[in-house]
Amino acid sequence: MSKLQVSLYRYNPETDSAPYMQEFEVDTQGRDIMVLNLLEMLKEQDATVAYRRSCREGVCGSDGMNMNGRNGLACITPLSHVVKNNKVVLRPLPGLPVIRDLVVDMALFYKQYERIQPYLQNDTPAPAIERLQSPEERDKLDGLYECILCACCSTSCPSFWWNPDKFVGPAGLLQSYRFLADSRDTATRERLSDLEDPFSVFRCRGIMNCVAVCPKGLNPTRAIGKIREMLLANAT
Amino acid sequence: MSNMRTLTFDAIIIGGGGAGMRAALELAKSGKKTAVLSKVFPTRSHTVSAQGGITCAIASADPNDDWRWHMYDTVKGGDYIADQDAAEYMCSEGPKAVFELEHMGLPFSRFDNGRIYQRPFGGQSKNFGEGGQAARTCAAADRTGHALLHTLYQNNLKNNTTFLNEWYAVDLVKNANGDVVGCIAMDIETGEVVHVKSKATVLATGGSGRIYASTTNALINTGDGIGMGLRAGVPMQDMEMWQFHPTGIYGAGVLVTEGCRGEGGYLINKDGERFMERYAPNAKDLAGRDVVARSMVMEILEGRGCGENGDHVLLKLDHLGEEVLGKRLPGIVELSKTFAHVDPAREPIPVVPTCHYMMGGIATNIHGQAIAQDAEGKDHIVNGLYACGEAACVSVHGANRLGGNSLLDLVVFGRAAGMFIESALNEGVDYLDASESDIESAMKRINRWNESEGGESVPELKRELQNIMQTAFGVFREEKNMVEGVQKLAELRERVANAHLEDKSAAFNTARIEALELDNLMEVAEATAIAALERKESRGAHSRYDYPDRDDVNWLKHSMYFPSEKRVGQRDVNFAPKTVDKFEPKVRTY
Repeated sequence: MSKLQVSLYRYNPETDSAPYMQEFEVDTQGRDIMVLNLLEMLKEQDATVAYRRSCREGVCGSDGMNMNGRNGLACITPLSHVVKNNKVVLRPLPGLPVIRDLVVDMALFYKQYERIQPYLQNDTPAPAIERLQSPEERDKLDGLYECILCACCSTSCPSFWWNPDKFVGPAGLLQSYRFLADSRDTATRERLSDLEDPFSVFRCRGIMNCVAVCPKGLNPTRAIGKIREMLLANAT
Repeated sequence: MSNMRTLTFDAIIIGGGGAGMRAALELAKSGKKTAVLSKVFPTRSHTVSAQGGITCAIASADPNDDWRWHMYDTVKGGDYIADQDAAEYMCSEGPKAVFELEHMGLPFSRFDNGRIYQRPFGGQSKNFGEGGQAARTCAAADRTGHALLHTLYQNNLKNNTTFLNEWYAVDLVKNANGDVVGCIAMDIETGEVVHVKSKATVLATGGSGRIYASTTNALINTGDGIGMGLRAGVPMQDMEMWQFHPTGIYGAGVLVTEGCRGEGGYLINKDGERFMERYAPNAKDLAGRDVVARSMVMEILEGRGCGENGDHVLLKLDHLGEEVLGKRLPGIVELSKTFAHVDPAREPIPVVPTCHYMMGGIATNIHGQAIAQDAEGKDHIVNGLYACGEAACVSVHGANRLGGNSLLDLVVFGRAAGMFIESALNEGVDYLDASESDIESAMKRINRWNESEGGESVPELKRELQNIMQTAFGVFREEKNMVEGVQKLAELRERVANAHLEDKSAAFNTARIEALELDNLMEVAEATAIAALERKESRGAHSRYDYPDRDDVNWLKHSMYFPSEKRVGQRDVNFAPKTVDKFEPKVRTY
């Protein structure tokens, strides 16, 4: 079994004037390990390799990265899903500034998340127990609340690459719809009017890269479609 | 050193998981100058991995449910060394804290009547163990921790909490009187080290499952708060008490929620036998976690394990049907496919007991104030220091935590700490400032790594530590193995003290973080090992071949580990709840 060829994006702001690709050879002994395990092996060869990780089970959203051209979470991506011709190319998520190696600056991504006021708003006094919600109403949140903020979607979206400051992006809009769809939220009108400009929502061109890469199988494009419908209904 | 920046807060909360963010929310609303300092972006904290739910008597599944029954279960589950004043507080305040979460937007699953969905979990009963299985665990499908953590983060955004995200707390700063007056912390992105000055320092750093080779815990769970506390001379309580979750995915260690068994799944051995019927005839698969984990190990040791090596058992779920799995356990279906390569709708999941939760930690009262002991064994408050969540030992979990009680612990005691700190700050807190040399001494450790010129590498030492703990301090323990383990840890400590950090760069240097974490793992491992050797009985999760029985005469006590002398003492368990009669220790059966 020949060793796996790994091409890794490297950049250390203290020593490198420009990023470069570094080639590694790793003996995986033919096992179909996760890309995160591969990175751990690389880090034992070279302790300076930097990447984020936490839960190692696909729920915390730390290790979003670009593997052979496709965004995903390193911890739940087996080599067999990405390796081609015994080679894998690992790069940071595209479109965001790189801090070091695979670590990107996510400030812009978080800013767009914060922009949509990602918290329940309800202007009626809270009851002594929970607010009631029928199972059918609750079902509307499925496919929305599960987002882990890994940024795989927004950083695969050409519209977000082009207007990261003005287009909310698929992750932020998915969460925006999560609150618009919540029967307990009373700020629907305010939420919609905050999104009414030509950029926030309408820069989505339905490319659907977000749907293709979401490691949780969520569908931001559908949520964006729903927001558009609500905006149009609101306007008439 | 002299040009080191100082950041000043009323309260600094170290850790951005459920406990830290619940405390922060309380303080942010109060207008105190507060910051949450977290080594990861808050929603990457380990609370996110909690699956099955938050146990609380909100009387939804059963309108007659009673928090006292929950308290009874908690005390019994903890094998009677849970502090009853704390269990009383948690179980009675719980509903308020859970309803608050719902009002904040937490997307709980629902019953047809619109109330919060509750499922059965292990160790739950009605009517003080007399009324059969209860269903008391409030759930958002099997992603309750994720839903809870995101909801808390969102509400902290709403209340403009200050976050120091991707900052790493290195050590506590103490003044000349021994009060905790802040910490040394590093901005991971730039490598800048600062002095954080604060009137209240809250350790909400979570657990430390990474002391074991096989754990359900995230890679970040390295006991940073425990390490900081021990280095500052703070004793640790019940550190021998580690929960092994019955159902970690074989090979991967990834958690499969107890909710699977709550929804009707069960464990089988290689003969297809539902073996828990033999060990716990009443509760069966929903006995306490320590009981189920031990039963599984017995099956494996007696040759009824599954697979080529007979080293695991199987969790059967296929009889629940795809609809229930899809609705109630969608995350488990996903994890099983990814990490066990099985579809639970068709095949059982291979599982094995896996390190899951640290019952011990920093002793606190119900307000989160850290407690130490003087030479006569008398309690006293450590001024300025607070703890909540898994890092704390308040103690509601005693010798064995019940499923769903950790999330309740987080929100109830995070909230309580926040409220208490607010009133303490209002009354006025006046501690002596840290001197230059106080700060210097908190810098010692990071300076040591930064100046290291040779020595062993961090990953190799970490592996050795994890293997020692796995071998000698697992589900079953005995004197000989533990003595050996303690000795090996003492040798390892020397080597860790001389280990090498090769990469000295500043920006996002994860090698440096891992080196600093190794020190903390070392502290936690040693405290665990020495306390485990000292507790000469079997109680809850601490199970010894050489002392197979519970010893209420000598050990109806908390253990207290004192780092400076590496000595283990005892501390009284609280048997004085305020509004109910105390629960007397009984033989614990399920």
